[in-house]
Amino acid sequence: MKILMFGWEFPPLSSGGLGTACYGLTKSLSKRGIDITFVLPYSENISADFLKIISPNIKIKKINSLLMPYLTQESYNIMKKNSKANLMYGSTLFEEVKRYSEATADIAREEIFDVIHCHDWMTYGAGIKAKQLTNKPLVVHVHATEFDRTGGLSVNQYVYELEKKGMESADSIIAVSNYTKNKIIEQYGINPDKITVVHNSIDYTDPEKEYFEVKKHNKVVLFLGRITLQKGPDYFLYAARKVLNYDKNVLFIIAGSGDMERFIIEKAAELGISNKVLFSGFLRGDELEKAYKMADLYIMPSVSEPFGLTALEAMKNNTPVIISKQSGVSEVVKHCLKVDFWDIDEMANKILGALRYKVLHDSLKENALSEIRKFSWDEPAQKCINVYNKVTGVA
Amino acid sequence: MVDVCFYFQVHQPYRLRRYPVFDIGSSHGYFNDQKNEEIIKKVAKKCYIPANKLILDLINETKGKFRVSYSITGVALEQFEAHCPEVIESFKKLVETGCVEMLDETYYHSLSFLYSKKEFEKQVKMHKKKINELFKFKPKIFRNTELIYNNELAVFAENMGYKGILAEGADHILGWRSPNFIYRPKASKIGLLLKNYRLSDDIAFRFGEKGWEGYPLTAPKFAQWVNKINGNGNIVNLFMDYETFGEHQWEDKGIFDFLKHMPKEILKHPDNNFITPSEAVKKHKPVAELDINHSVSWADIERDLSAWCGNKMQQEALKHLYLLENKVKNAKNKKLIEDWRKLQISDNFYYMCTKWFNDGDVHKYFNPYESPYDSFIAFMNILNDFVIRLENK
Repeated sequence: MKILMFGWEFPPLSSGGLGTACYGLTKSLSKRGIDITFVLPYSENISADFLKIISPNIKIKKINSLLMPYLTQESYNIMKKNSKANLMYGSTLFEEVKRYSEATADIAREEIFDVIHCHDWMTYGAGIKAKQLTNKPLVVHVHATEFDRTGGLSVNQYVYELEKKGMESADSIIAVSNYTKNKIIEQYGINPDKITVVHNSIDYTDPEKEYFEVKKHNKVVLFLGRITLQKGPDYFLYAARKVLNYDKNVLFIIAGSGDMERFIIEKAAELGISNKVLFSGFLRGDELEKAYKMADLYIMPSVSEPFGLTALEAMKNNTPVIISKQSGVSEVVKHCLKVDFWDIDEMANKILGALRYKVLHDSLKENALSEIRKFSWDEPAQKCINVYNKVTGVA
Repeated sequence: MVDVCFYFQVHQPYRLRRYPVFDIGSSHGYFNDQKNEEIIKKVAKKCYIPANKLILDLINETKGKFRVSYSITGVALEQFEAHCPEVIESFKKLVETGCVEMLDETYYHSLSFLYSKKEFEKQVKMHKKKINELFKFKPKIFRNTELIYNNELAVFAENMGYKGILAEGADHILGWRSPNFIYRPKASKIGLLLKNYRLSDDIAFRFGEKGWEGYPLTAPKFAQWVNKINGNGNIVNLFMDYETFGEHQWEDKGIFDFLKHMPKEILKHPDNNFITPSEAVKKHKPVAELDINHSVSWADIERDLSAWCGNKMQQEALKHLYLLENKVKNAKNKKLIEDWRKLQISDNFYYMCTKWFNDGDVHKYFNPYESPYDSFIAFMNILNDFVIRLENK
């Protein structure tokens, strides 16, 4: 089976869960004998040799473009301005998406494949195009919808329509959770029978222990993710304020970047907790692992989280987690604490509980570790293969 | 000859409210009064009232041949008195027939036998007193919380004047032996009645299970199974939660209909009788001594203590609660002692069990918390507040 896959990024140069998920999934698919031509955009800002050969079954095709996941019109404009050859790129984000989709047509014509597999809205245009040209079945993989990214406020009509068109054109849809499946049904009016839920996963490796001087004096509570409305950094901050009323020796670390960064920094000052809320900026690779390890507690207070891979990453690093109930990952993990993202009191209560009661902290760590050991990308890969078989009529 | 011995457990805990850490030191109301009232009223309507009425009718119809026994916790009785006194009245009527026996247990449905013998004895006496006050009845048979049992408990019960004691007829304690006889506990002379868990669970757990080979369970079918014991046993102990009738097994699944026809079907066999536990220990001589050193219970597949003290959170919560015993008693404050005892209700620790997370079973059905971790946080927050109150005394 040969797959033409449209994706976004690969670690180590990824900016979020999408890249991590694509990497884990393609690696396990290739292990199972699936050939993948992975198409992704790159611009001259990014060195091209970061793409290590992952497997002989995976061929990477690059298309010169400024597109990256999680772009907004504003961030696209800044990227374009900073780019040397900016005239060749689209004048707006949406023009660039269109240009990119057209530019992928040659690959679709040249490559031999059985199924087209697209990851999230920016690739849907390319997928639809490839389907038109080759009449091969299209699978769209929904890692997030516009409703998640915007928290349901100020949904961008262009993005919404492209998502809807992609879902409607698709022969089959993969949703990363039941939570996302329901969004696809309710917000996009898609027939549930067309949707298969394939939860993300993680490949477990034993975590190494590390020593951190800062922990001699403080407990550390971590937020890690884009500092955007979707991820709920403001709820994290309000909970921090409440926790600090009861326990002074807690440090709150916000790791990530995003359009709400300034607001959050100012808000921390306004709440009088600037000395207790530290910003680490965007982390990747070793630094990311370090952050998880240093933390006594990882909080994922997302307003709307289609999956939430960071929760699994924290568990893998032996850090107890508190996750928003409004998340896909809460469907697959049990040994964690769960809260409604808006319930700041309960969030603070659980933070304090997990920090105060050692036996609870230990139990969460221990049980989460035995839970996370069972995770692997092999299961989602097999489910994707089942979807491929279905759309090609093999099974 | 087969004597059928029914014992029904009646219990409703005082469920704790969601108690956030911020309330420590400022709010001393620990219980979800509204929910507790709601639940006891609901279960009274679905189970206790209709089931009591049916049992009364059956006793009258069979002219006293149908006989049963109950163990009702003190905390359930308190809640009946407060919210549905008609349930107390209907139990009184049952006891007045002379065909219904009341058993003793710890007033607070607690694990005190495992943590403090002194407290255990006190709670058993409280229960005895309550049963006597309400029903003018002096229990002669003892059953411990969740049928937790070992050799030591039997000796304790004997010393407290009981003639018999109940336990789970678990395979790992019986081995090749049958639960369908009276046994003698090691180092004690009282009678030991063992639950026939297959027949008991056929009613309590499998009754409504469509995938079960015995489905649908009818009264004639069940009577046949009981009859089969003739010749290799003289007593069948059917021990179960009373809430089986109408609450765990719903009325529309036919559980009341089953109960209604079951006594007559069993009595069709001329050698069958119904018997209460104290009649049983008087009538039947023990066939052998049973040496049960390690505690058994009627919970889960393991039939051990792991549902209440199997994980570290449970052990920690229990340890810290019972460590307060002397301080609580020395404080001589009625409200403090009462709260401390209500915190001992075994359900509080059952909710913290993490076993069911992996197989998802009855634990989930009975758990007001979304996770065992949530229940641990609420309990420990409350315990912290309790300690502050104790120290401010």
